[in-house]
Amino acid sequence: MTTMVEINNLRKTFGPIVAVDGVTFTVEKGEVLGFLGPNGAGKSTTMKMITGFLTPTSGTVRICGHDVQDDALAAKTRIGYLPEGAPAYQDMTPASFLTFIGQMRGLSGDALKRTVSETVEKVNLQSVLDQPIETLSKGFKRRVGLAQAILHDPEVLVLDEPTDGLDPNQKHEVRTLIRAMSEEKAIILSTHILEEVHAVCSRAMIIAKGKVVSDGTPAELEGQAPTHNTVLITVSGVEPAVAHERFMTVKGVKKVEDKGKDGELVRLRIYPDDGQWILPDIGQYAREQGWKVQELYQDRGQLDDVFRLLTTSKQALS
Amino acid sequence: MERIRVIFKRELAGYFATPIAAVFIVIFLMLSGAFTFYLGNFFVRGQADLVPFFDFHPWLYLVLIPALAMRLWAEERRSGTIELLLTLPVTMWEAVAGKFLAAWCFTGVALALTFPMWITVNLLGEPDNGVILASYIGSLLMAGGFLAIGSCISALTKNQVIAFVVSVVICLGFILSGFPLVLELFSGWAPQFLLSAISSFSFLTHFQSISKGVLDLRDILYFLSLIAFWLFATATVIDMKKAE
Repeated sequence: MTTMVEINNLRKTFGPIVAVDGVTFTVEKGEVLGFLGPNGAGKSTTMKMITGFLTPTSGTVRICGHDVQDDALAAKTRIGYLPEGAPAYQDMTPASFLTFIGQMRGLSGDALKRTVSETVEKVNLQSVLDQPIETLSKGFKRRVGLAQAILHDPEVLVLDEPTDGLDPNQKHEVRTLIRAMSEEKAIILSTHILEEVHAVCSRAMIIAKGKVVSDGTPAELEGQAPTHNTVLITVSGVEPAVAHERFMTVKGVKKVEDKGKDGELVRLRIYPDDGQWILPDIGQYAREQGWKVQELYQDRGQLDDVFRLLTTSKQALS
Repeated sequence: MERIRVIFKRELAGYFATPIAAVFIVIFLMLSGAFTFYLGNFFVRGQADLVPFFDFHPWLYLVLIPALAMRLWAEERRSGTIELLLTLPVTMWEAVAGKFLAAWCFTGVALALTFPMWITVNLLGEPDNGVILASYIGSLLMAGGFLAIGSCISALTKNQVIAFVVSVVICLGFILSGFPLVLELFSGWAPQFLLSAISSFSFLTHFQSISKGVLDLRDILYFLSLIAFWLFATATVIDMKKAE
């Protein structure tokens, strides 16, 4: 694996406010790193420093070995960046805007034309090529922003909320595009849509108050959820209290939680010891007792819960 | 260099893609004509020169150039494109220079379109065309000075109205710095060398000496170094205020 982005102890303060507080990580080729965090956690500021727009208060950013501050042009050549809100020159058309970006990236002549038309095809902009950008819908504007970021086929792609404001179909298209490109690039994207992390990211990082509070695969993150590997069961033909008591005797069960009674149906959430896999045992036990199992499934844990846990806990605040 | 050219082209096309170009040029031509003939008594003077025409340029520029310059950086900042522009492989001075040169070239186009004035005076009499050429060059240099000031003020704020008003005031200061209005602010307490330094900053003095037909290197250097200084200030301001 090749390390494409190296970030070392990055810090940014605005007066007394610490926006980013000692962030260190690396991104390899082929990785899609998702930045998660509440608004104001420092995601955008970190991205602005990675792309060389903001100068860090301290710490370094290296893109393919080039320092973003000391060797800015070499680093910037290798980055494609979609800033927050996908800004573009509103009075230009997508065609002239992308041509401008291509020229700024050093393309000209046939190569420029070819690159622009290929990119336009990738993000489906053909139908609006000659309309002023200010007249386009939010979805098209976002795609124009994405097009300028990937135009020069950069090794490192930094996308600040790439699917914000898109409808579900457009979101799907953009995610497909990101996945398709991910093999050859290192991609960093920020989002607060947690399902997106599952859809595109190979790694997720939660940032709160300028610090990294969690870094791992989406599955590892889910593993931190309090409900990770709990079993939800709905049975009939038994009183809740009895079922509760009996399930506690099954091997590997730590806690049973009543989720309410609905007519004949009794709902329970069963917590395992140390996240063990207890689903088959629970199902078998219920059947042995002669109860009718109406529903039985394993909860992998909600990223939302992990997110809330990590970004609002006292640990994160201190 | 190539990137300055790309930015320059985009900016210049931007003026003509919006009504800015048409409005600016039409107003500039109308006002310069009206001033020359009505206030400047072009015909009554009975002299074959363009002195009444050029005399009003500093005052025309005072209002029109800050209006042109106010969007240079304030607009980039407001729309967020500044982040796009400065994360492209371009240095700060290339971006500053490219945008400035486009605006300067645009005022050059507006100035060039006053050529009917030159034709008129040549039809009516036998003016000294050398003086007229020098005056045009002087006027263009002065416009550059105004623009560079406006560029720097525009980088300070994302509010274009503030950029406009502050630029007008600073430009007025530069026009009048040789006059009692400005000098009396300093005359009570400032040493003599400072007073003469301030009065030597006057746009009017330098412009008038050029428009007498003498292209003195010192006057040209004055405007060029003024432009360079304010563009340097522009780059510094952008760098400092990027985060806002």
